[in-house]
Amino acid sequence: MDTTVAPTGTEGQTWGGGSNPLKASYGKMMMWFFILSDALTFSGFLAAYGFSRFKFIEEWPIADEVFNHFPFMHGTDAPMFYVALMTFILIGSSVTMVLAVDAGHHMDRKKVSFYLLLTVIGGLIFVGSQAWEWKNFINGEYGAVKTKGGKILQFTDAEGSRVALNEFVTVGERPVEALGNNEGIWYQSDDPIGSTYTIDEVRKGFAANPDLRIRTQQLIVNEETGASEKLLLSREESLFKLNNQAVGVVEGANLSENEYGAPLFADFFFFITGFHGFHVFSGVLFNLIIFFNVLLGTYERRGSYEMVEKVGLYWHFVDLVWVFVFTFFYLV
Amino acid sequence: MADHAAHTDGHAEHKLEIFRGLVKFKSNTQKIWGVLIFLSLITIVEVALGYIKPDSLNGHILGLKILNWIFIILTLVKAYYITWDFMHMRDEVSGLRRAVVWTGVFLIIYLIAILLVEGEYIYQVYKNAAVSFDF
Repeated sequence: MDTTVAPTGTEGQTWGGGSNPLKASYGKMMMWFFILSDALTFSGFLAAYGFSRFKFIEEWPIADEVFNHFPFMHGTDAPMFYVALMTFILIGSSVTMVLAVDAGHHMDRKKVSFYLLLTVIGGLIFVGSQAWEWKNFINGEYGAVKTKGGKILQFTDAEGSRVALNEFVTVGERPVEALGNNEGIWYQSDDPIGSTYTIDEVRKGFAANPDLRIRTQQLIVNEETGASEKLLLSREESLFKLNNQAVGVVEGANLSENEYGAPLFADFFFFITGFHGFHVFSGVLFNLIIFFNVLLGTYERRGSYEMVEKVGLYWHFVDLVWVFVFTFFYLV
Repeated sequence: MADHAAHTDGHAEHKLEIFRGLVKFKSNTQKIWGVLIFLSLITIVEVALGYIKPDSLNGHILGLKILNWIFIILTLVKAYYITWDFMHMRDEVSGLRRAVVWTGVFLIIYLIAILLVEGEYIYQVYKNAAVSFDF
């Protein structure tokens, strides 16, 4: 490591870096300061999320209604259980990491490699879980329509439980005019390509089902319980909104619109969980590199497993960030 | 612990007490499992509260729901034990600890306070101001 440093004749003395004022090696201290700066980056994202949420405090989506899927339990409402599971997976892989660090202090190569392997597996399961979470978020479940002003209108039955578009909308004809090979384009259509339903089909289906209501983004406080809930419109108001203000169908989520509510909600979801997922992914790579180094005996020869400790610090930091993302995205 | 050789057997120097000495573990490994159990319990409480959402916790303190205060405090408790015991901040000298933790805590509180106040202000402008399109 210090082969690139020219000898100055002060090695081992204070001026030559011989003493460690904070009783930590250079590498470990720099890892701590990197973590500090990375923590500030994540705080910036989460604070920006808080800013936008406070700005739209009366119309922010309710996380429980958005993240309610669980593998192999399709159709059941399981709010937060999946992210709770992900939290346990990440804390578990943090534990195996700290056990690897501890085994490193005892110079126990076998144990270090075993625990590192478990950590890598935990990290991979976590990244896979996040991909599944993204898939559900992007595909959406119920579908919605958007208004001229960019607000989202969702459909419910008379009691207020959500109704998906495919439960009441019939897909009609899609007039597509085929063009020849020499026309520059292959076909022409007046309807938007890509969405399953057109706004007229939604209007028709809505008119045919007198039970249906519309739910707006607006959050109101339930007088009895004090809980926040979405404002449910009467049948007449719903018909008026749908026929006069709705302009398009929204299914699932992307960066410019989503069926859950404010577009910023999906933007922050993609950005923050994506940035965290990228950290987990790079953490898995670091762990793999030191795992192979442990197998090759690099740290055995170096006489210190401090590299495991430094990468361990990074890995725990990733876990630490998730604790905050979990709270501010899913709980609060 | 001035040189590397001393550092490699640093396991002898782990502080094994948590909760201000209320619980003392016999070894570092034991402490790790103990902290895992504690963190899991907190997470279970968080998920249970988030699932049930008791109506009695819907009141507001300082503009924030009591339930959300509980979530935030439990999160900070979790963050403390991850940093102190998994990342071994407990075993570092106070200088390093303060350089990292105080800096971060100060800047993060500052950032959050400014942004949340500003967000609340813009909400008020959208809601109440006579002119809301150019501010």
